[in-house]
Amino acid sequence: MRLSTGSTGKFYAQIRNGAPFDVLLAADHDTPQRLAEEKRAPGAPFTYAIGKLVLWSPQTGLVDGEGKVLATGAFKRLAMANPKLAPYGRAAEQAMQKLGVRAALEGRIVMGESIAQAFQFVASGNAELGFVALSQLRQSAPPGGSAWLVPQSHYAPIRQDAVLLAHGEANQAAREFLEFLRSSAARGLIARYGYELP
Amino acid sequence: MSDWLAVWLTLRLAATTTVLLLLLGTPLAWWLARTRSPLKGPLGALVALPLVLPPTVLGFYLLVALGPGGPIGELTRSLGLGVLPFTFAGLVVGSVIYSLPFVVQPLQAAFEALGERPLEVAATLGAGALDRFFSVAVPLARPGFVAATILGFAHTVGEFGVVLMIGGNIPGATRVLSVALYDHVEALEYAPAHWLAAGMLAFSFLVLLAVYGRLPMRRAS
Repeated sequence: MRLSTGSTGKFYAQIRNGAPFDVLLAADHDTPQRLAEEKRAPGAPFTYAIGKLVLWSPQTGLVDGEGKVLATGAFKRLAMANPKLAPYGRAAEQAMQKLGVRAALEGRIVMGESIAQAFQFVASGNAELGFVALSQLRQSAPPGGSAWLVPQSHYAPIRQDAVLLAHGEANQAAREFLEFLRSSAARGLIARYGYELP
Repeated sequence: MSDWLAVWLTLRLAATTTVLLLLLGTPLAWWLARTRSPLKGPLGALVALPLVLPPTVLGFYLLVALGPGGPIGELTRSLGLGVLPFTFAGLVVGSVIYSLPFVVQPLQAAFEALGERPLEVAATLGAGALDRFFSVAVPLARPGFVAATILGFAHTVGEFGVVLMIGGNIPGATRVLSVALYDHVEALEYAPAHWLAAGMLAFSFLVLLAVYGRLPMRRAS
């Protein structure tokens, strides 16, 4: 199996223009749906993972267990993914609005083009804290630091869907891989990396 | 609306960068053109590096070096300037490095083309070193200055990778034209993306026409 990683929006544009991909593991729910409606994906999309949003800082004690730091504002820069481009950015936007702190934070927000870049802004110390994915913390956060797992009630679920693409319709391995994604072995792995399961 | 803000910001960034580069690049190019020092090779290579390095590499190093844990970040913080990433000043620093060869190299070529003779003649007429530079070298190297200004400005307008890495996409401070265009494309907003892309294409063509169009005319005259 050969993996190609990138943002969902970019892959959508590439697939529409004939990119030779067999399977898409999207970071959202809408893109596979749209591909299916446009007849570029023969199979029905299904949710393979549900992302979890975390407010994280490498500094110990900066982020409290209820996200109050967002209101007290003892920081200069808060990183997040661009809500126009990334599902985690959209979730962060919703969470801040729910907490009623979005307008007050306006001048202090820096946006990454993806959740990966938002993570990089925080990990490099350029932003003191930021909204990142739990899966990123599980994989690459340095020890220490402080984090708040944003309650699911604060944002619409980040449903990540997978779909078989038209290019992979005749590919048995692609179908089997999607089957594997639904197996209990794969689900255990996905959960261990910081996702919720459908 | 916000796209016009990005256009204005981009022009401001390109103008600031070009002025700084002419101030820093002129003495550097003069030295590179005339020195016999063994440092000429290494310094020339250093100046040319941004031509070769992917801008994201440059941007990543800048993010780390300018950040609070980096050597430059510690310096700027101890001077009370804060840290540079996500600020307009930070973009200026990144752009100066990124566009450096586009200003230094045309100037160096122009200075090298002068040769020793005009300067020696001026010296025999009693002109001092500064006088020789400003009354003889600069006017004779004028095409080099024109090319350096246009290329430095245009290359900064087209900058993307460095800004993406150290900008943070803040409207009015770091969201330049190329980043706004990228946002539109990624968000599948192809109509505004086409407007920006076509505008940049036309602008770039006109700039290059200004550079390439005037060269043969100069030779003919």
